[in-house]
Amino acid sequence: MKLEKLLLQNRTIILKRWLDSILESYSSDTKRFLKKQSDQFANPVGQTISKEIGNLFQELLEGVDPARLSPILDRIVRIRAVQDFSPSQAIFFVFQLKGVIRKELNKEIRENRLSDELAEFESRIDDMALIAFDVYMRCREKIYEISANQAKNQVSRLLQRAGLISEVPEWEPHQKETT
Amino acid sequence: MSDVPKPEELAKVDHTSPLITGWMNSPVEIKKGVACYAGKPKNLEYVGLPNPREWSPLDEDWKLPDNWKEIILDGLRERLERFRSLKIFMDICVRCGACADKCHFFIGGGDPRNMPVLRAELLRSIYRREYTTAGKIMGKFAGARDLTVDVLKEWWYYFFQCTECRRCSVFCPYGIDTAEITIIGRELLNLVGLNIDWISAPVANCYRTGNHLGIQPHAYKDMLDFFVDDIEEITGVKMEPSFNRKGAEILFITPSGDVFADPGTYTCMGYIMLFHYLQKMGLDITWSTYASEGGNFGYFTSHEMAKRLNAKMYAEAKRLGVKWILGGECGHMWRVINQYMDTFNGPADFLEEPVSPITGTKFENAKGTKMVHIIEFTADLIKHNKLKLDPSRNDNLKVTFHDSCNPARGMGLLEEPRYVIKNVCNNFYEMPENTIRELTFCCGGGAGLNAGEDMELRMRGGLPRANAVKHVHEKYGVNMLACICAIDRAVFPDLMQYWIPEVGVIGVHEMIGNALILEGEKERTTDLRSEPLHGMEEVEEAEEVKKEEKVEENKDV
Repeated sequence: MKLEKLLLQNRTIILKRWLDSILESYSSDTKRFLKKQSDQFANPVGQTISKEIGNLFQELLEGVDPARLSPILDRIVRIRAVQDFSPSQAIFFVFQLKGVIRKELNKEIRENRLSDELAEFESRIDDMALIAFDVYMRCREKIYEISANQAKNQVSRLLQRAGLISEVPEWEPHQKETT
Repeated sequence: MSDVPKPEELAKVDHTSPLITGWMNSPVEIKKGVACYAGKPKNLEYVGLPNPREWSPLDEDWKLPDNWKEIILDGLRERLERFRSLKIFMDICVRCGACADKCHFFIGGGDPRNMPVLRAELLRSIYRREYTTAGKIMGKFAGARDLTVDVLKEWWYYFFQCTECRRCSVFCPYGIDTAEITIIGRELLNLVGLNIDWISAPVANCYRTGNHLGIQPHAYKDMLDFFVDDIEEITGVKMEPSFNRKGAEILFITPSGDVFADPGTYTCMGYIMLFHYLQKMGLDITWSTYASEGGNFGYFTSHEMAKRLNAKMYAEAKRLGVKWILGGECGHMWRVINQYMDTFNGPADFLEEPVSPITGTKFENAKGTKMVHIIEFTADLIKHNKLKLDPSRNDNLKVTFHDSCNPARGMGLLEEPRYVIKNVCNNFYEMPENTIRELTFCCGGGAGLNAGEDMELRMRGGLPRANAVKHVHEKYGVNMLACICAIDRAVFPDLMQYWIPEVGVIGVHEMIGNALILEGEKERTTDLRSEPLHGMEEVEEAEEVKKEEKVEENKDV
């Protein structure tokens, strides 16, 4: 597969451009911080995105394995799911890879007539977007679940302990049968 | 002199201060998941806070009083005269940007208005417009702007996105404390009835019943009695904590979260066990069902409200005639005690300088307030070899420690908790150094932001802390995040669930409860959570089977 070789050769520049376009979703001050600060604890968002898009790219070259892609996507999407983004904005970064490849490798793709291979690779990106959507929903559902449980947990022990709750005992059905 | 950089080296320093331009022109959009609910009128009325009414931050009309602008500007003028620090903080910032990328909300969320410098600019821009010549004449060119309803909404949105953790202030070359700016900002907002439910309800409850949830004295005592039963089941030892006992030497006050919400409840069991252990050695301590809250959400409302709630603890100490106060594991409670109490309600002349009845140690740092943090008290006991401990009972835990913002940055409790942890457990791992001690990252839910409706905000604010926990989880297999703050114990379980579900949350005194070897105790098979101890899994399983068989027998009877 010629395209794969081309992508590998241009890995660094593609990842750099991909990161740049992802960071465009943040304001200019934020973008500069996310890009520049290289300490992973001072800048977990920038460093995570930068590291994990490399892993995603590697995975895509090998195919689309949801079991492998999902945890990598999770590390990026989990962050964007709690930031000021709509669902589409949160996972748009997946599709941005298409534009980056087309722009960076435009000449080579045309000269080597790789458009069929490109279409195939782009469909892998589409598949990855679907997985990203599942991951996004999982994260959002988790937030709602945590919010719902929070209220419950805060006072449940108190109510239980104060004897204000009378739950059905586990052995009741058995008792009914015998009586 | 070899460490001093050469001029050409200095010239290479690549520093760009934040742009912070353009922000004035983009109006704020109040979002669900970030904004908290508004305070309910009944709670405001109960403590006499202004403008009680039903309102929602998501509505266009916030039902402000007609003269709101006058109230705010008068309020600001009055505070600039009262607090010299505020005037200085308004004037001296040079926008160097050292604080800009130090806030957990900015790091995790990316909203530039959460850069501390910009959050302060929200207030500073009005200060310039009203009180500086340059601002009056040159307006926006001098970083000044008019106070409008939109500005007020922006204040509300962002001053309730600051946990007053003070991490940014550690980096400010001028020592500007952005937390104090948030405190004043919230105080001004409260003058026109802008607040959040998760603060105003606890304030009203605390004022009325003595704790955030409004738990009445008998329920408070019931809870502790249940813990006593649990402890007896686990250790075989019956304990008898005393309540509201006049003439006791020491009054113990802890955040109500320890009494009513897991996992704080296990920390509370740890306190009960420690006090029982020390009783024979001369500890004379009482709990109070009236001063049943160590936390002080008044501090997130106004200085006056903080003072009123703080006074309740001292009034109870006076009523009971104790000599000094021992306080539980809490965060902002200690900031209030350590930095404000003396001028709020001090000097507490009717109390004595705290002295440990067990070791004789004088807590000179608490000479003014007469109140000692339990982690100092316990560290002192261990240092003097007064506690028999079996750290192996915490062997199922791989622990890391979160420095809670207020005890760490507000009063320098850095070594004591570590010293205690290392004595009660065998597996302790530090998080990366730029995330601990003075540089600790906030839990994301302090200063009244641990509500349920702002979960997105909490998850992004807690991201830098969670990221460091994740690191030690992956590197060392850490499965427990220890802390000495009740808000941490309420906030972290949610945060961990989202970012690293494999990690639990524990108070340091829960680990003490596990490790403490009590006189006459049976062989322990479980920890305070009734989970099998390391190596006791089979024994515990057999016990469970026995219990189940007994239940079956009873049913048949």
